[in-house]
Amino acid sequence: MTTAGQDITTVDIGPPDGFEAIDFREIWRYRDLFRFLVWRDIKVLYAQTILGFAWAILNPAIQIVVFSVIFGKVAQIETDGIPYILFSTVAIIPWTYMSDAMTAASQSLVQGKAMLGKIYFPRVLYPLTPVLAKLVDFCISLLVLVPVLIYYNVAPTWNMLLLPVLLLIMVMVPTGMGMWLAALAIRYRDVRFAMTYVIKLLIYSAPILYTASKIGPDVRFWYSLNPIVAVIEGFRSCLLGGPIEWQFILPGLVTSTLIFVTGALYFRRMERVFVDVI
Amino acid sequence: MTDYAVKLNNVSKVYRIGLENTRDDSVAKGIVNFVRSPLTNYRKYRSLYRFSDQELSGEYTGEDILWALKDVSFTVKTGEVVGIIGVNGAGKSTLLKVISRITPPTSGNISIRGRVSSLLEVGTGFHPELTGRENVFLNGTILGMRKTEVDTKFDEIVDFAGVEKFLDTPVKRYSSGMRVRLAFAVAAHLEPEILIVDEVLAVGDAEFQKKCLNKMEDVGKEGRTVLFVSHNMAAITRLCQRGILLSAGSVIDDGEAHGIVNSYLTSGLGTSAARDWPVLQDAPGDESVRLRGLRIVDEDNEVAEGFDIRKPVGLQMEYDVLSGTEPMMPYYRLANDEGTVIFSTIDQDFRSHVEPRAPGRYVSTAWIPGNLLTEGTIYVTVAMRTKVRSYKPFILGDAIAFNVIDTMEGGSARGEWAGALNGAVRPKLDWITEYTPDSKVATG
Repeated sequence: MTTAGQDITTVDIGPPDGFEAIDFREIWRYRDLFRFLVWRDIKVLYAQTILGFAWAILNPAIQIVVFSVIFGKVAQIETDGIPYILFSTVAIIPWTYMSDAMTAASQSLVQGKAMLGKIYFPRVLYPLTPVLAKLVDFCISLLVLVPVLIYYNVAPTWNMLLLPVLLLIMVMVPTGMGMWLAALAIRYRDVRFAMTYVIKLLIYSAPILYTASKIGPDVRFWYSLNPIVAVIEGFRSCLLGGPIEWQFILPGLVTSTLIFVTGALYFRRMERVFVDVI
Repeated sequence: MTDYAVKLNNVSKVYRIGLENTRDDSVAKGIVNFVRSPLTNYRKYRSLYRFSDQELSGEYTGEDILWALKDVSFTVKTGEVVGIIGVNGAGKSTLLKVISRITPPTSGNISIRGRVSSLLEVGTGFHPELTGRENVFLNGTILGMRKTEVDTKFDEIVDFAGVEKFLDTPVKRYSSGMRVRLAFAVAAHLEPEILIVDEVLAVGDAEFQKKCLNKMEDVGKEGRTVLFVSHNMAAITRLCQRGILLSAGSVIDDGEAHGIVNSYLTSGLGTSAARDWPVLQDAPGDESVRLRGLRIVDEDNEVAEGFDIRKPVGLQMEYDVLSGTEPMMPYYRLANDEGTVIFSTIDQDFRSHVEPRAPGRYVSTAWIPGNLLTEGTIYVTVAMRTKVRSYKPFILGDAIAFNVIDTMEGGSARGEWAGALNGAVRPKLDWITEYTPDSKVATG
């Protein structure tokens, strides 16, 4: 017995009741498992593929090419003078992460339902696992950026210091939404069908294919409440230089925190009945 | 004594069952219901985990509520090995799930002191694409081990499973036997303070089962608290000091394991072994014949639910023949847990196959000899057949059930063999082995 002797942990189990905050100490106790779950997701994703992790580059790269041809060349979308490939690359990479992580997190409980009914570990690890695992894809896909930035001669600026804040929002959105959607999806499988459309539509809710400057000042505040806008606009100014769009980033930071906190509360409230509704 | 490991206080668990869809009897109604279905579906799925105070009160008699556990209270002392027994549906698995925190109790509370590992299944979280080595770590941490613990036990685990050569092969290329052995090896090396085990010993080949049983015994001797569910009464008496007998979600007996096992075997638990229809009009059947009672009886004509594998089982049907114009043939069909039909049987008094029975009360009993059925729950479908194949005055699927138990005291087909004897039946056959001591094979 390696952990015995020091202190005996006592757990009290009662009927489900009210709201609870996330128990970070418990997650810390399960950190080894958490690490293995994340690692399993990473390892299994590209199992038995020829290209392996190259898919993490190919997926956004193909999207960038398609969007650049359709929206850049054919539709000639106005991009504040930025070459369209550059314009879309810095947006599509974080967007791919957010949409993939959100989709995977929303399905995490349904997919893990066999395990859900057989073993206990903090339920919140289910949606958190894909959110972290997809970060590996995100990091790899950043490699697409390097040649594009070099080709267009983009020099790094002090705006880069903003990156940690943007990454925080970028992870908080799929985590919060993932917790909301996973808790809903386990009870109502409609979520899976709806997600396909939601993701397709969400890409238009943020300035991924067009520029935020096209949004009129009267609706700009409402527009800025979408935290995806903050991430995309933030990435643009962060990587390409230019003025930092605080009008988008600050509201995004607030709403993403709100999504995260409410998601966590809702998930904790519902987590105890998951097994009974599978 | 305050040194408890697990303490349950009036624990109840309620499930909602029987969410039947109503059938539409007209097109118009069908359309209305289709339009309204999102709302009804929403209510339906919500109601799965919400119960009104009225439904939870003792007076509620609706059939959509199932009390899987009702006011279960007991305390398990540290170091005690407790066997939980009961027929299928008695609430054993629910009890383990509630204690393992997989599902919360509807009311009551549980206090657990110590680190728990629950083993409701072997190989939880095994991923076919991962190698044996990787799965050991993943499964080990899922079952509650720290990585460092898996590190130190790794060689032992691999040795126990006997899969050294395939450690770096994806588990999807393993045979099912290898997979089970590896999964159990991980489980067997858990060292929690409290171990909760569901019927997981029923896997693998006989030799491996024996190995697991020995390992379980060691765990118990090391002073760990063990809660163990099994249908294998021999394993219960061998491993456990204390037995808890559950029936219909409640503890009905609690004490020294041997005594509890005995009382379980002789109790005729529940009502599923006997059914009566006291009111003629409500009884299954029609104007020609009505079923009045069903019973599973032992040699002494006493209703019983648990049967020693060596003893005969009587299937008894009581019925009133009303018109007496048609031949009536009582009929039973026996199936096991998996729904596999073991055999069907029809009245062996062949006169009834051609001649109508005179009106009156009949009791027909079919005797199943001892040492024919195998261990497990047997479900009996009961019917009255006539000469017209499609006309059955009554047929009741899985109307009654009973358990067959091998007490492993000898005299059964098992003999001294403790391993698995697979199959739908376990007849005691005549075996003849001829031996020639001076044959060429032996001497040359």
